[in-house]
Amino acid sequence: MKADPKGVLTGTHFLDGDHACCEGALAAGCRVAFGYPITPSTEVVERIASRLPEVGGVFLQMEDEIASSIAIQGAVWGGARSMTVSSGPGISLMMEHVGLAAMTETPCVFVNVQRGGPSTGLPTLPGQADMMQARWGSHGDYEIIAIAPNSPQECFDLAIHAFNLAERFRVPVMFMMDESVGHMTEKVVIPPPDAIEIEPRRFTQEPPEKYLPFAAGPDLVPPMAPIGKGYRFHVTGLTHDERGYPVMSAEAQEKLVHRLVDKIRTRADEIERSQEFMTEDAEVLLVAYGITSRVVQRTLQLARQKGIKAGLFRPVVVWPFPGKRLRELARKAKAVVVVELNYGQMVLEVERAVCGAAPVRLVPHGGGALHDPEQVLKVVEEVAR
Amino acid sequence: MTQPRNPVEPFLRMDRMPHIWCPGCGIGVVVNCFARAMLESKTDIDSVQVVSGIGCTGRIAGYLRMDSYHTTHGRAIPFATGLKTARPDMKVVVFSGDGDLVAIGGNHLIHAARRNVDIKVICVNNFTYGMTGGQVAPTAPIESVATTSPFGVFEQPFNLAFLADSAGAVYVARWTTYHVRQLAKAMREVLQKPGFCFVEVIAPCPTIYQRRNRLGDALDAMRFYKQQSKLSEGADTRTLDIPMQGPIPVGRFVNRDRPTLLENMNTVLGKRLGAKFTPYPTGVTR
Ligand code: SF4
Repeated sequence: MKADPKGVLTGTHFLDGDHACCEGALAAGCRVAFGYPITPSTEVVERIASRLPEVGGVFLQMEDEIASSIAIQGAVWGGARSMTVSSGPGISLMMEHVGLAAMTETPCVFVNVQRGGPSTGLPTLPGQADMMQARWGSHGDYEIIAIAPNSPQECFDLAIHAFNLAERFRVPVMFMMDESVGHMTEKVVIPPPDAIEIEPRRFTQEPPEKYLPFAAGPDLVPPMAPIGKGYRFHVTGLTHDERGYPVMSAEAQEKLVHRLVDKIRTRADEIERSQEFMTEDAEVLLVAYGITSRVVQRTLQLARQKGIKAGLFRPVVVWPFPGKRLRELARKAKAVVVVELNYGQMVLEVERAVCGAAPVRLVPHGGGALHDPEQVLKVVEEVAR
Repeated sequence: MTQPRNPVEPFLRMDRMPHIWCPGCGIGVVVNCFARAMLESKTDIDSVQVVSGIGCTGRIAGYLRMDSYHTTHGRAIPFATGLKTARPDMKVVVFSGDGDLVAIGGNHLIHAARRNVDIKVICVNNFTYGMTGGQVAPTAPIESVATTSPFGVFEQPFNLAFLADSAGAVYVARWTTYHVRQLAKAMREVLQKPGFCFVEVIAPCPTIYQRRNRLGDALDAMRFYKQQSKLSEGADTRTLDIPMQGPIPVGRFVNRDRPTLLENMNTVLGKRLGAKFTPYPTGVTR
C-alpha cells in the first residue's frame, strides 16, 4: 500500500530529528496521537499538535504519560495508527502499557528521545541508557522491536519502518532516538507518497462466526478484526486463549506467551537491520548505534589514517539484536569495541553474540555529552596492538 | 420443550458461563440492567464498545458479547478516550469499580470529565477492593473495616457524584442495585446523551465488604438499600455523602449540555485554521 498523500510533506527540508520523526509518523499514516510534554521529546508532540489538524487527525495532550500510552492503544483498536512520544521518566511510566500492547498484540509506536538518567537525570542532554529498558522494561516475558536512528533523515525513514513493523508483527515498536539526534538539524528528503511503502493492517477474511481473534497461522501473527462489524471480540491483558477469553493455566500461558515470543524470535531475520563500514578487513570491530555510531565514524577515520584496520558495525534495529552477523565479523577480528552512552547495556548483548570469538571491550560514557572520538581511538589503538 | 431464552442472553458470552462473580454480588445486576437498556433503547449492539479496567467489575467487558476491552488497572478511561477519538461514531461505555476508577484511575476520571470526552462511565461502587480480598477503597465509609484498615477507616471518602459534577460531567446519577428500573433508565439516557456521563451504582459485595462489616448477606443489602435510599433528584451534589449507616441519596443529580471534546476542538480549530481545517467527525448530532 502507498502512503496517504495527505500526510506526506514531499520535498527537501531542514528539520531536526524530533520534527522529522513527526513527519515520518504522518507519512506512515499516524492520524491519532497522544502525548505529554517532556524534554527533549516535546518538539515531536508540538509538531504533531500543529500538523495533525491539517491532515484530518487529532492530537491530544493527555493528563500524563500513563494515559497517553494506553490512549494510543484504544485508538489502534479503533482502526487508527497511533503513537506516543516521551523520554526518561515518561517512558518509565509507560512501561506497563508496553506490556499490554505486547500481550494484546496491539501495533503501536513508542518514541523515546533518550536523555541522561536515572530519574530526572539530565533532561536536556543525551543518553543511551534506556536500551535494556526498551527490551525488558515491562514485567513478564515478551518481545518487542526497537530501532535506533542516527540522523534526522533516519528519524523520518525509520519512523515509517517502525509503523510498518508494528503492523506486520502486531507488536509495540520502541523508537530509540536520543537528545542529540532529536535536536540536530540536517537535510531531510521526503519522497513523494507513491514512493513510500506502507504495511496495511491485516484484517481477517473470516466471517464473525468463524473468527478466532488470537489464532495465528504459520506466521504466528493473528489477523485483526474491524470493530463494530459483528465480530464482538474480546481483548484482555490476562492470559487468554485463541478466542481471546481469559484462561488461568500454565497450558494457556505456554501456548500464548510462547507464540508472542516466537513471532519475533523465529522471524528475527526479517526484522534485523544493520550497517557496516569498512568491515571487510576489520581487525578492530567497533560496535555503536544511534548518535554514537556517528561519533565513532570519526574514530574509524583516525584509526585508518594510523594504519589500524578498524571497522564499524551499527545495529539499526537494535532489538531483535543482529547477533548472527556480528558473530561472523567478530570471528575475523582481533577485538570488538562497544561504544555506548551508558555503563554497559548493549555490550552485554554483544558479548552474548560474539560468544568468545574475540575479546569485547566497552567504552562507556554516563551521558550528558557524546564520546570524544580521540578517546575511543586510544582504546582502538590499545586493542589493536 | 426448550427453555424460553432470557432476553438479555444475546448480550452475554454464554460460552463463558458460569461467571466468576459470587452469589449475591451486585455486578451481575448492573450487567443485566445494561443489557435491558440496550434492548429497550433498541441500540445496535455493534455500535457500542465496552471498556473495563481491573477488578471484579473490570470483568464485565469479558462477559458482554460485544467488542470489549479488558485493559489495565485504572486506565479504562484513557483507553476509551483513544477509542472514541479514533471512532467517534461508536458509543463507548466504561464499566469499572470504585477502586479502579477513582483511586488508581482518579486522575483520568477528572480529566475526561473536564474535557467532556463523549464516553459513558458506569462505576460500580461497593466500597471495597473485592478481587484482592477487601482492602480499603477511596469510597469506604469512615469506620468501615477493611483488611488494610483493620481498626476502621479513618480517611474521608470521596463523594463520587460531587467529584464527577465538579469535574464537569454532563450527566451524573446514582442508584443502587435495588433500583433496577431506574438504573436501566439511567443507562438508556446516557446511551443517548452526548458527553461525559457518570452513573454510580451502589452494589453489594456480600463476600467481602458485607461480611467483614457484619452487614448481612445480599438480601440484607437489598433491604438496606430499599429502606435507606433517599430520592434526591437534582440535589446539590455536595450533599451526597454516603455514611456507613445510610441514608443513600439516589437519583439523577446532573443533566446539562456542554459541547463535547471533539465539538470544542472543531469550533476552536475551525476558527483559527479556517479553510485549512476540515471538521473532524464528532459522532454527535444535535
Ligand atoms: S468479591 Fe465482592 S465484588 Fe467481587 S464478585 Fe464477590 S461479591 Fe462481587
